[in-house]
Amino acid sequence: MLGYLVRRGGWLIGSLFVAGSGVFFLLRVLPGDPAVTLLAVGSSPDQIGAIRHQLGTDRPVLTQYGHWLGDLVTGNLGNSLFTQTPVLDQIAGRLPVTVPLALSAFVLSIVVAVPIGVFAAVRRRGLLGLAVSALTQLGIALPIFWIGIVVVWLVAVQWRALPPGGFPRAGWQEPGAAVQSLVLPVVTLTIAQASVLVRYVRSATLDVLSQEYVRTARSLGYSLPRALWRHGPRNGAAAVVQILGILLASSLLGTVVIESVFALPGLGSLLLTSVKARDLPIVQGTVFLMTATVLVMGLVVDVVQRLVDPRLRARA
Amino acid sequence: MSTPMVETAETVEAAGTVKASGTRRRPGWRSPSLVVGAALLLTVLALALVSLLWSPYALDHTDPAARLTGPSARHWAGTDRLGRDQFTQLMLGARTAVWIGLASVAVAFVIGVPLGLLAAAAGRFVENAVIAVIDIVIAFPTLLLAMLLVTVYGPSTAVAISAIGIGVSAEVARLTRISASRVFTQDYVLAARTCGTGPLMILVRHVLPNIWPTLLVQATLAFGVAVIAEASLSYLGLGTPPPAPSWGRMLQEAQSTMSVAPWNVLLPGIAVAVTVVGVNLLGDGLREVLDPQLRQERRAADR
Repeated sequence: MLGYLVRRGGWLIGSLFVAGSGVFFLLRVLPGDPAVTLLAVGSSPDQIGAIRHQLGTDRPVLTQYGHWLGDLVTGNLGNSLFTQTPVLDQIAGRLPVTVPLALSAFVLSIVVAVPIGVFAAVRRRGLLGLAVSALTQLGIALPIFWIGIVVVWLVAVQWRALPPGGFPRAGWQEPGAAVQSLVLPVVTLTIAQASVLVRYVRSATLDVLSQEYVRTARSLGYSLPRALWRHGPRNGAAAVVQILGILLASSLLGTVVIESVFALPGLGSLLLTSVKARDLPIVQGTVFLMTATVLVMGLVVDVVQRLVDPRLRARA
Repeated sequence: MSTPMVETAETVEAAGTVKASGTRRRPGWRSPSLVVGAALLLTVLALALVSLLWSPYALDHTDPAARLTGPSARHWAGTDRLGRDQFTQLMLGARTAVWIGLASVAVAFVIGVPLGLLAAAAGRFVENAVIAVIDIVIAFPTLLLAMLLVTVYGPSTAVAISAIGIGVSAEVARLTRISASRVFTQDYVLAARTCGTGPLMILVRHVLPNIWPTLLVQATLAFGVAVIAEASLSYLGLGTPPPAPSWGRMLQEAQSTMSVAPWNVLLPGIAVAVTVVGVNLLGDGLREVLDPQLRQERRAADR
């Protein structure tokens, strides 16, 4: 296990390096001078030169790359082009919105989806089981922002039960208002994520149901729910853990769109405004951070899978 | 975003053949999901194609007297805040969705299939390198890739197609590699090798005929992924720039007038859903029709 952890950890560091370099070179080497795109049409060469110097793009690409790597290792992601504040501070300021949003949607979708998925598998030919399959099919096909718009229309515009969007200026110092403004985004993200998860849980359960050990347990007199409860979690866990990793990553990414629907000042909206303003350091830092989170999640998933499923350990 | 794929690799015979065991390929019309999926998709395709020849109004036609009106005989799907006919926008939006969807899938396959085949055919070192690249690209979601490209180039149709295409190509490469390496371990490939058949000939004669059904199913699913991605990019203002209409941007505009014209939100969303449900059903149906073994397993599971 230790040897595996070391190898997997080395692999993670390698992919972080490749991903980070990918982001760097995409933004630097692709044709298109950020200094020119940043300035208004008709700027003087001096102005362009000044911006280039500020960006560091007047130096050779490899020198820039070296600097960037050195900064990255010491935890420095550079400064915003426009506000001159450190990128890391900007990102940290947005996390109190994005992290609660992504995490609560993640937890809520597990709570909702696992029972529904197991139920849909056990009753796969019943009317309710088929209805669940049809609904999740629809949930996957609908764009998440459309679900958000409809939820806002129903709850905020028609019933006026909750705010349609925005976040209190004082943030979590106004806990009531902050929670209220996160309810609809969390519900929207949960609907989208749970649709995906229900399908995975359903097929994992179907897989367990078709195994010999369930039949054996049944023949020993266990009822179907008891047989499932006894053998299901351990056997289906590895598959579900993998999906949970993907789900947590997609919750994080889903916030980019969700924050746009609900006008929330989170990480996603920071990224979106920076892309539109072409604030390179912020785009680079945020994208790298999000990719790194996804990669780290992959490592956690692999390790947890091995912990819950001895078969994977034995195979290696 | 991706649905789990059932790998069909060596279980699927080339088109029209009958397996030794006597399981016959099921005619397409006997799979209900294939029929319904194809019908939904054809509706969208028809909208897109008809829009090339005719639409109720011109793209830039505005009717200032009838802003934000509901569905009527003059405007079948109502009008937006500028008085533009929503049905026209919807038809032209279908064209954008289909075009970007097809082009992205093409990009994904042009990159993904050769990469996957290379990984399967080449030695262990190349294979591991390709697997590593695929893993990293999969960790790099389409949306983030699109945002990087937009930062450099600004929003455009080409950027949307490249970002979606590259994002989807990782999944295509992964699947191609898995199904192709399965074919490579078969006895008939070994036999062909012993007879001195070159690697390229083995690819053409044995591998491709065996993996195309898997790839076809993957292509339909990828089209659905691309349509949703296009709508999301346009919604965020990162996709095909105006005036070309897009379902995503229609929704973004409809959101701001939602309290007075809620009906404008419905149709573009339904259009995306119809396309994607259609494509997913078609993919399921194709898988059933093309894979006799899967069908038998299902029947056995239902017993």
